[in-house]
Amino acid sequence: MNSTDTNQLKILAAKARRGAIVGTFHAKSGHPGGSLSAADIFTYLYFKEMNVDPSNPNWADRDRFVLSKGHCCPSLYAVLALKGFFPMEELEKLRHVGAMLQGHPDMKGTPGIDMSTGSLGQGISAACGMALCAKIDNKDFRVYTVLGDGECEEGEVWEAAMFAAHKGLDNLVVFVDCNGLQIDGSTAQVGGVEPLDKKFESFGFNVLKIDGHDFDQIEEALNTAKNTKGVPTAIIAKTVKGKGVSFMENQVGWHGKATNAEEFEIALSELDAQIKELEG
Amino acid sequence: MAQIVTKATRESFGEALCELAKTNENIVVLDADLAAATKTSIFEKSFPERFRNCGIAEGNMIGVAAGLASCGKIPVAASFAMFATGRAFEQIRNSVAYPELNVKIAGSHAGISTGEDGATHQCLEDIGIMRTIPGMTILNPADHYEMIAATKAAIEHQGPVYIRLGRLAIPSFNDPDNYSFELGKGITLHEGNDITVIATGLPVNETKKAVENLEKEGISVRLINIHTIKPIDRDIIIKAAKETGRIITVEEHNVIGGLADAVCEVTSSECPVPVRRIGVNDCFGYSGPANQLLEIFGFTAPSIEKVIKKELAKK
Repeated sequence: MNSTDTNQLKILAAKARRGAIVGTFHAKSGHPGGSLSAADIFTYLYFKEMNVDPSNPNWADRDRFVLSKGHCCPSLYAVLALKGFFPMEELEKLRHVGAMLQGHPDMKGTPGIDMSTGSLGQGISAACGMALCAKIDNKDFRVYTVLGDGECEEGEVWEAAMFAAHKGLDNLVVFVDCNGLQIDGSTAQVGGVEPLDKKFESFGFNVLKIDGHDFDQIEEALNTAKNTKGVPTAIIAKTVKGKGVSFMENQVGWHGKATNAEEFEIALSELDAQIKELEG
Repeated sequence: MAQIVTKATRESFGEALCELAKTNENIVVLDADLAAATKTSIFEKSFPERFRNCGIAEGNMIGVAAGLASCGKIPVAASFAMFATGRAFEQIRNSVAYPELNVKIAGSHAGISTGEDGATHQCLEDIGIMRTIPGMTILNPADHYEMIAATKAAIEHQGPVYIRLGRLAIPSFNDPDNYSFELGKGITLHEGNDITVIATGLPVNETKKAVENLEKEGISVRLINIHTIKPIDRDIIIKAAKETGRIITVEEHNVIGGLADAVCEVTSSECPVPVRRIGVNDCFGYSGPANQLLEIFGFTAPSIEKVIKKELAKK
């Protein structure tokens, strides 16, 4: 990827992070930590990878995205807004009564959301169903899903992984946003979910390990996935929870709480400075 | 009167599904290693390209069905009632019902008539579990002909449907030439004014026999067959409560959560009348031949007759 494109993606990702902070601040709740760790993946998918049309969000042949770690929707919402699925102003109404943007993704009410998720482990199964549909109908749309590393403690993830490999769903890409933290502590302390690469390998996946904040690595992995036939691809993306906001980075406490007014100002000023610097 | 067909409703379902798939190419069938038992194997044989065995992983199967439905398919996900509605409850709730996806869930081996497999497989809670989910349509057909009609209605209905299938071969009692299935509408099988019996599923046939026997003794019992438990036919229940003043419900399900509760929810607010519940009395089943268990648990005509007489004596 050329440096202009990379820079453009970095700007969009910083704006997505900003949107996640704005949304959760106005909601007085939500999940900033994981929203920030997965923001680069969402940005790449919607601005470089996926074949989608914001003016026709239900287009039958579009690529699909399922946010299996549904609680990280604040930055996904921001990416969808930046892409033009709905106005940016919606972010300030996140989690409010009557708002389009629910606490967890709602496919009925939000343009661009392909599956309602929030209960961990379930999104990857739905993604498998979408990929299977493309296979049955001989269509070439692709399906992308993002899981949390903590989420992989759910048994359903492995039911789905077995299904995806056994049915040869090579049109499915499973990202694992490995930020190493979950609500009650580190993934090592809480559930012992690692080694995820070996687990997906043993389930029959093509496994790629990348830095989940490096757009070149994301691009290369997705290109490899496209050229991999017969088996699904798992991209194990090492990330930093809370990425982009200094006081949130690698802090377990920022899994599921919003900034207060003071923290909000600091977070915004940091992100705005990043955007300004990138925009030159 | 058409020929009496003695067949398990799971088999009627498998055949109906296969027939419907000939003209509806959106039907995709999923099973969880029970295709031979739920009879989706009949579909698999004719339409292998539209069938996927998901292995013993019911939660994932329901999620896969949700994904297929989001892309316009009409997925039918089958397992035993216990696992389809019990194991996969939350997938049904969150991945299917909340987004209002067009998934059909078939639960076979429901009720005590599952027989020898015993308590772990005799699902007595499925209707109750499914009834708590907003937007879920629940069908519990009583014989071969009703199952064929109900399967068609389930496929034609836009939205999630749970359809209950039985393991035991049972004789049909409906006359296909004079039978019409309307989703959400009960069927009056026998007119009567002394008391109303509302039955669903497998025990409807024995209840019908009981009602016909009582008629010979001059006892006038109204019999209503409820094939759609949700949405329930409120009008037919209110009318029966007003006109006969007393109701008995019959279901092969725990007396908690199923038809009895659905009926009581209507009568208690619209026309409170005594409701006596025939069902499994909040206990687990056990192993044994199906017909023997049905007798022990009170689902035969003589047992049902006794309860009707007892209730009439209270009037």
